[in-house]
Amino acid sequence: MAEVYVPPAEVEEMELYHAKSWITKYVFSQDAKVIAIQYSTTAVAIGLVGLVLSWMMRLQLGFPESFDFIDPSDYYQFVTMHGMIMVVYLLTALFLGGFGNYLIPLMVGARDMVFPYVNMVSYWIFLIAALVLVSSFFVPGGPTGGGWTLYPPQTITSGTPGHSTGILLMMVSLALFIIGFTMGGLNYVTTILQARTRGMTLMRLPLTIWGIFTATVLALFAFPALFVAAIMTTLDATLGTSFFMPAALDQGVLNEHDGGSPLLFQHLFWFFGHPEVYIVALPAFGIVSDLISVHARRHIFGYRMMVWAIVIIGALSFIVWAHHMYVSGMNPYFGFFFATTTLIIAVPTALKVYNWTLTLWRANIRLTLPMLFALAFIVTFVNGGITGLFLGNVVVDVPLSDTMFVVAHFHMVMGVAPLLVVFGAVYHWYPLMTGRMLHEGMGKFHFWTTFIGAYTIFLPIHYLGLLGVPRRYFEMGETTFIPDSAQDLNAFITVVTLLVGFAQVVFFFNVFWSARKGKPAGHNPWKATSLEWQTEEVPPGHGNFGPELPLVYRWAYDYGLPGAKDDFVPQNVPPGAEGAEGGAAKA
Amino acid sequence: MKILETLMQKPWTAEQIAVDNTEDGFAVAIPPSKLGLRFFLGAIAVLMSLFVIGYSDRMVLSDWHPLSEPWLLWLNTAVVIVSSVLMHLSLVAAREGRFEGLKSNFMLAGVAAFAFLVGQAVACNQLIAAGYFAADNPANAYFYLLTVSHSVHLAGGLVAWGRVALRIRAGERDIAKLYESVDLCTVYWHFLLFVWLVFFVLMLFT
Repeated sequence: MAEVYVPPAEVEEMELYHAKSWITKYVFSQDAKVIAIQYSTTAVAIGLVGLVLSWMMRLQLGFPESFDFIDPSDYYQFVTMHGMIMVVYLLTALFLGGFGNYLIPLMVGARDMVFPYVNMVSYWIFLIAALVLVSSFFVPGGPTGGGWTLYPPQTITSGTPGHSTGILLMMVSLALFIIGFTMGGLNYVTTILQARTRGMTLMRLPLTIWGIFTATVLALFAFPALFVAAIMTTLDATLGTSFFMPAALDQGVLNEHDGGSPLLFQHLFWFFGHPEVYIVALPAFGIVSDLISVHARRHIFGYRMMVWAIVIIGALSFIVWAHHMYVSGMNPYFGFFFATTTLIIAVPTALKVYNWTLTLWRANIRLTLPMLFALAFIVTFVNGGITGLFLGNVVVDVPLSDTMFVVAHFHMVMGVAPLLVVFGAVYHWYPLMTGRMLHEGMGKFHFWTTFIGAYTIFLPIHYLGLLGVPRRYFEMGETTFIPDSAQDLNAFITVVTLLVGFAQVVFFFNVFWSARKGKPAGHNPWKATSLEWQTEEVPPGHGNFGPELPLVYRWAYDYGLPGAKDDFVPQNVPPGAEGAEGGAAKA
Repeated sequence: MKILETLMQKPWTAEQIAVDNTEDGFAVAIPPSKLGLRFFLGAIAVLMSLFVIGYSDRMVLSDWHPLSEPWLLWLNTAVVIVSSVLMHLSLVAAREGRFEGLKSNFMLAGVAAFAFLVGQAVACNQLIAAGYFAADNPANAYFYLLTVSHSVHLAGGLVAWGRVALRIRAGERDIAKLYESVDLCTVYWHFLLFVWLVFFVLMLFT
């Protein structure tokens, strides 16, 4: 039957929920900006737990047999929890829940998300998921230590730390996270598609929004695989079903399972796991495109190609998952297929790198803090991507699999690179969120320490991997093919890790200190064109814009427009007003 | 919205600027809630498809012993079909401006869905009483997995149905205000009917 709904000729004013008390304004808030800060604060808090866990691992690797409080079980629990926390609870939540909530309504010209109540519930479920995860540290047996990939049969077989309560709490927490994320994700995609202000076509959206949009679509369709895996593992562990659990000896006794397929779990996990890489990377791609354009005072090179690349990468990310399973055993033709798709995905990715570089070519580059972080991201992403080409090939992957080379690769491409974007984005949008600038000196110290530190940590780990140092080993013991110098290198890496970790204190101090003492930012300190900088108030108030929603007349990259008074023309400046007094500055 | 046409636009050209300035902010001509529901159904479709893939992967092994589905499942299937039809009649009544038709069909659709859930619970209990435990055979485990996962989603739908039913009981008679909710419930009901039919046929013939 035909649709009866006819879209309005003009975008209707959405009915905003107005908080009636302090509690509904700041705690159970339905304002996307408050929810963004709640998401970010929670993600960073649990991320700091993940950071401390990485220090514990490094202490053990750098100085084995020196710390009584780290035994093998602890070590595996640290590895597992660090991985899951950083990938899911920090990066996914921060990019989509944090930046997504803050930037989507502002950048598309909406007053808020389309389903504000659902958005609020999304955050609270995320918080509960994080608390359930953390609670596993305090239950008998502690958190699961089965590795962040949670492969059965190991995770629920006795002998593995946290094989009873710990793994169940992990699965419950993941299921809650996915439910919460789905609520938020529906908001993000629907707001982008159906609540843009007049004139804001999809192809006028800043690339940040394209990145967040595509990543959210990926997440909506990839997380169900993890959800399925979590439910079925939980049933195997509690009801004794055999979805994934095969018959096996458990402490010398035959277990009560029969015929389950651990490989099925791996397929489900990586059907989620590989898109997850791009769930983190695509928002980073989008954000870094905008940082480069604004701080190089130049339109992004090849905007259309950048959008296509984001969409193509997103689509391809669903057909490369089994490259994580080359050593699990598969038909060689499948290996060939997944190696091929993996290499193909490098094409649109490389295209993005070329376009960032060409945007910088002969641009008016300003080495501001966001730009420094953006440049560092490009270098790091290229480095991490190139080692990915090694690992995407079956014949090279097999000897490198389960070595520290893999650890170094994914930390560069999925840990360091996105975090550099997070920092760049915070330095870029902090003036919008607080009305004040972050301290430049502290920022530069933070940048150089983090950038050089990250390379000092992870470049040597590549080398260790090439030497054959395996990952997930509590200690090397007597391993003849690994030289003693590897241990010295491990000790060096540990010291640098601790130093770089502590250097982040400067960043957090800067964030808190500048909120009160920072230089006032005024309106649009970076002279950017996108709508979030064209609000009446800074920081933007409830409803984001003034009595009228802004009208959009141009794309988000009008920098250096011939005849314009300034070197930038905001999206809401009408045609013909570019050269007028107050044209560019009007908004 | 034509995706390829959209992606080919050159937003920096004067011709495109003239076209773009008439944009109303809607990518597709449906309300946000309906688009949100479609994305949600997409996510559920992936979830349910993965259950089916797992089922198909497992059923080919020799230790798979199909259980004999209780006759009650046929009755339940008929009830859920009736529920979906009633929900659709409620939507038709809304389109034709007949409030009483909307109300009676909508209420009965919810009652039928609730009856279906009770019937599914009884069917599961009958199987357990007959000794078909989840841990005994993968076919049993998948039966409970598919049945319960479908029922949980329908129960979620009943929560949404309950909110609308309460509004109607509280005196809401404005069809324009009820239309969107009834429309969303209908889409959801039809989707879950389709999912159940796929599950039922799969379990029946394997």
